[in-house]
Amino acid sequence: MASTVQFDLVSPERRLASFAATEVQIPGADGDMTAMEGHAATITSLRPGVLRVVAADGEKSFIVTGGFAEISATGVSVLAEQAVPLNELTAATLDALVADACEAAAVNSDKDAADKAVADLYAMRAAAGI
Amino acid sequence: MPSLKDLKNRIGSVKNTRKITKAMQMVAAAKLRRAQEAAEAARPFAERMTAVMSALAAGVGTGEGAPKLLAGNGKDQVHLLVVMTSERGLCGGFNSSIVKLARTRANELVAAGKTVKILTVGKKGREQLRRDWGHAFVGHVDLSEVKRIGYANAQNIAREVMAAFEAGEADVVTIFYNRFQSVISQIPTEQQVIPARFEATGATALYDYEPSEEAILADLLPRGVATQIFTALLENGASEQGARMSAMDNATRNAGDMINRLTIQYNRSRQAAITKELIEIISGAEAL
Repeated sequence: MASTVQFDLVSPERRLASFAATEVQIPGADGDMTAMEGHAATITSLRPGVLRVVAADGEKSFIVTGGFAEISATGVSVLAEQAVPLNELTAATLDALVADACEAAAVNSDKDAADKAVADLYAMRAAAGI
Repeated sequence: MPSLKDLKNRIGSVKNTRKITKAMQMVAAAKLRRAQEAAEAARPFAERMTAVMSALAAGVGTGEGAPKLLAGNGKDQVHLLVVMTSERGLCGGFNSSIVKLARTRANELVAAGKTVKILTVGKKGREQLRRDWGHAFVGHVDLSEVKRIGYANAQNIAREVMAAFEAGEADVVTIFYNRFQSVISQIPTEQQVIPARFEATGATALYDYEPSEEAILADLLPRGVATQIFTALLENGASEQGARMSAMDNATRNAGDMINRLTIQYNRSRQAAITKELIEIISGAEAL
């Protein structure tokens, strides 16, 4: 029995998940990372991507569009701007997200960051297999 | 003395009013439950957000080079007051209490020689403030089409507020809303959102930051503003329904009392008319 960490996923509107997980794969802004028990305390911001959580009863995936994650030795809490469980994700939601990001990119002064967000979304779309 | 027919009509109309207020009370009760659930669902996020932000803010401090949203732009001349009220009336003193607080604050600021600008959210507050403070209005956010307040609504308001701050059109931003305590009690609250203020938590855990402390803080602060506004909107939504529920409860009870009084008056005048008729008949018969 692998040791576990307390995993919480919250979005501004609701709490999406809260359970014990053995490992959490986080799409960090500087690259993916996996948090397990005893991880050094870290705060990282997120890029749009797929968040995978491995628990005793199987693996769950969510897509997140941004936000940040707080990792401590005993728990991982992900504060996502928007989060959708992967199995509820439809092509229409993804299209809406991409459209939002493109719109934001058009008006954003920080062109690089906005373009990266759009690119991340396309990568996420490929990873999600939709 | 109103005639019997007048009284009867009056009773009928008060009865109709009572039906309407009763229905409104029940609708408000159902909406209140939903609004409370929404406010509670949003709480974990807001709490975590504040915890992480205060830890970060304590680390970075408010010295040179600190983000402007945290440290301010060094001035406090122009105050932007964001007054959040409801879109609909018939909710007791809900809007008046917010407007009263905002007005007191605005008067204080003007007396201290500051410039006051007002952004209204919800049209009821705008109507009440227009007479005295119409010249200070800089914008209005209309939420009448919004059925269910989402984070996106808060983000839009936050974007507007931060744009004003960055353009130097506002130095300090304060939001006014009603904090939900219970159905009968809502507390008008003012909260400064820019520059951000945190209660010092004291215990700051040591974290590694990725990409860097400053980058995360810069990313987080706008989100913090949006989250604070979102929380305020939700609290306000729950307060509005609570206030409406108790106002309508009172109205229903008043209507009931009124119906009782009118019914007694109606019965009395009817009895008086009968007695009068009898006396006329009897005295007529005796005169023969």
